[in-house]
This record gives sequence, C-alpha cells and structure tokens, in this order.
Amino acid sequence: MKLEYLFYIFIFPGILFTTVLGLIIGWVDRKVSARFQFRVGPPFLQNFNDFFKLLGKETTLIKNSIHSLFIATPFIAFGVLSLLATIIGVTLFYHAGFGGDIFVIMYLMMIYSVMIILGGSSTGNVYSSIGAGREIKLLIADELAFIFVILVPIIKSGYQLNLENIINFQATNGAFIGSASGILAFLLGIICIQAKMTLQPFDIPEAETEIVEGPLMEYSGPPLAFWKLNHFMMYVIFPFFLISIFLGGFTLSGLGILWFILKYWGIIVVMIIIKNTNPRIRIDTALKFFWKYASPVGLLAIILAILGV
Amino acid sequence: MGWYNKRLAKSLWVFHISGSPCNNCDIEILNLITPKYDVERLGIKLVGSIRHADVLLITGVFNKKIAPKIRKIYEQAPKPIFVVAIGSCPTSGTCFKDSYNIVSSREDVIPIDMYIPGCPPKPEAMIEGVAKLMEILNG
Repeated sequence: MKLEYLFYIFIFPGILFTTVLGLIIGWVDRKVSARFQFRVGPPFLQNFNDFFKLLGKETTLIKNSIHSLFIATPFIAFGVLSLLATIIGVTLFYHAGFGGDIFVIMYLMMIYSVMIILGGSSTGNVYSSIGAGREIKLLIADELAFIFVILVPIIKSGYQLNLENIINFQATNGAFIGSASGILAFLLGIICIQAKMTLQPFDIPEAETEIVEGPLMEYSGPPLAFWKLNHFMMYVIFPFFLISIFLGGFTLSGLGILWFILKYWGIIVVMIIIKNTNPRIRIDTALKFFWKYASPVGLLAIILAILGV
Repeated sequence: MGWYNKRLAKSLWVFHISGSPCNNCDIEILNLITPKYDVERLGIKLVGSIRHADVLLITGVFNKKIAPKIRKIYEQAPKPIFVVAIGSCPTSGTCFKDSYNIVSSREDVIPIDMYIPGCPPKPEAMIEGVAKLMEILNG
C-alpha cells in the first residue's frame, strides 16, 4: 500500500510523468510559437538540454538577500506542484479520490504564486521586486474569476466538493461543457489559467523585454532550472484540472486514450494560439479586465448553473 | 564532463554587452534571432539577465568608463561562461587603437575566448563562430 503511494508521487501521475510530459509540451509550445513567426524553432530535446545545463551552472547568492528564502522557494514550489500533479493525476487516471476536496487544489495553486512572490522579493533587486509586486496584483485579479470558474462544476454536480465525485457525476450525466454555463465557465477558465501560468497576454510579472523575467532575474544554476521546470509542469497540471472539472475526465482503455489526447491537445492548442496572437497588456488593464468583465461573466455562469441551464 | 559539455553546447544562452560600439554589430546580433537566421534552432536564446547567461557577446572598443562595468558584469555571471568578442573593434581596436580614452589591452579587462572579426561581421560569420564554440565543447 505504501509502495503504491510512492509510485503515485514519484513516477506515474507524479514527478517523473509530469516533468517529462511538461518539458515535451513546452517544446511544442516553443516550436509552434516559432512556426507562428515563420522561424524553424528549437530541436525536440531542447528543454531537457536547458534543464540539465542549468543544473550544472554556478548558483550566485546576493550579499543583501535572504539566502534561505532565495534558495528554498523554487524547491517548495516544485514540491507543491508535484503534490498537485499527483492529486489531479491519481483522480484522473485511477479514479481514486485523495480524501480532500477541491479547495485543497485551489490553495496549492495559490501557494505557487506566493512562492514566486517570496522568491522574487527576497533578492532585493529592483526588477525582481517590481515583478513580485505585479505577481501579487495578478493574483488579486485572477483569483476571484478562477473561484467562480471552479464553483460552476461544484454547483452543477449537486454541491459535490470532491474532485472524484465531480468526475463520476459527469460520467453518468454528461460532461459539464455541454451546457451553457459549463461552456461559459470553461472559456473563462482557459483565460484564468493563462493568467495563472503567466502566458502571453498576462505575462506581466515575467515580462522578458521589460523587466527581464522579473522574479527570476537574480536566479542562476539549479534554482533557476527548477523555476523553469515548475513552469513547464504547469502545462500538464492546469489542462488536466480543466479536463477533470469540465470535460468529464477520461478512461485509459480503447477509445478513451484517443479522447484523452484530443481533450488535452485541444486545451494546449487554444492556450498556444491565445499566447501567440495577443500582446502583453498592462497590469491595470489586466485588473480591469478580470474585475470588470471576467468576474461578472463568471457570476453569470454561476447564476445559469443554479438555474440548471 | 563530456556529457555535460554536450548539453551545454546545445543550449547556449547569450547575453549581450555593448562596450562602447557604433551599434552596427549590435544590430547584426539582433539579426540572428530574426526568422531569416533563427539561432533558436541551435538552442541559442537571447536572455536579458546576466545570471542566466552562458555566453557573453561583447561589441566595441572598451573605453575607460565602460571597462570597469564590463569587468563587474563578467564577475556577476555564473561561472562556466564564454566570452565572444564581436567585430573588428574588440579584435584589433581598428582606427581607435591610438585614442586617448580606450583601454590599451582588452584582454586585461576580461578573458576573451573567441574573436569574430568583421565590421560588422555577417550573421553567417557569427553563426560559424558559435558552431566552432560548439565543436570545442563537443570535443
């Protein structure tokens, strides 16, 4: 029994599977982005090479920074994301609940942003501090809309808080994306994970050309490698989460595998297209967008869900 | 270290310093990441922070004001780092070599691993230089 848990955490839905799949999907993202710009793009193993190269580089510590926070945050964030991947993966692949409810997942997702904020502000660098401040504002902006998105499947499944029960409800009654409130919340959810992953229209905290990767600016060597790995792991975690709460999960047998690939691929393609066709917006525009337009749409989806549409 | 050097050769992240150039070489460096030359297919990425860099590209003759700053940037870099001097200015000093305000020996400021001459060097020449660096790393 205990050996099984270790297998879940370290190998199959957990660390090994998520990192390898995440790095491959990160390559897909870079390659498709390159083709959008009429470039050739990086080779297949590029992200693996980047990761192993960064592991061997020197780690520079800044004299006036808080060293413990600076070093600990990328690894804590990695641990949080591994836990998240295991929880969502076990529910999706083995249809086994983990005992907690959906709010645990929401809190773990929030802890990742908090780690970026702590790591960025521990250095004392001006650009890092600006990036950390923008991460806080982005968290304030997208969190309410994301909570509304998660509330819709909870309401539609008859107030079930367990991820496993939500998937089982969809297996008998059809996926939530088939209803008006479901599709509204799903589209809003894609925009929210775009903001949570700090992809293109919302890459305000890590604006590479403006504040040189913001919170990650002072990182080098293995901690930077783990920050990059964390980013690629989110390419697996957030689409899997959306699949489980809106697209009804999947079964790994027969046509189920094809459905799994199609659902995952569909979400990834939409994310990459949004990333490549939108310029970066300002932080006040992002706040205005989420509080003025996205959150009312989420509220509308909740009202529709309560009405049963 | 052979295995690690092969990984390093396939993902050289480049940081770009202007050591008082005429900006011509800098424009040619930026040509490298355009669709026509696209060095991302070789794993090269232009990064904005020196902490992420593996290669320093330096352009221009170093005048006395910029030389300590170049030294400081070099010291801040994480350590397996290669310095590539782009253009005729860092190679020979060209017509500025007898000027009163440039440092006489650029090798004293930072150790330079590779020179790519030309005024400015063509992007093809820079890619060839990078390919030679990869060859050395691959052994």
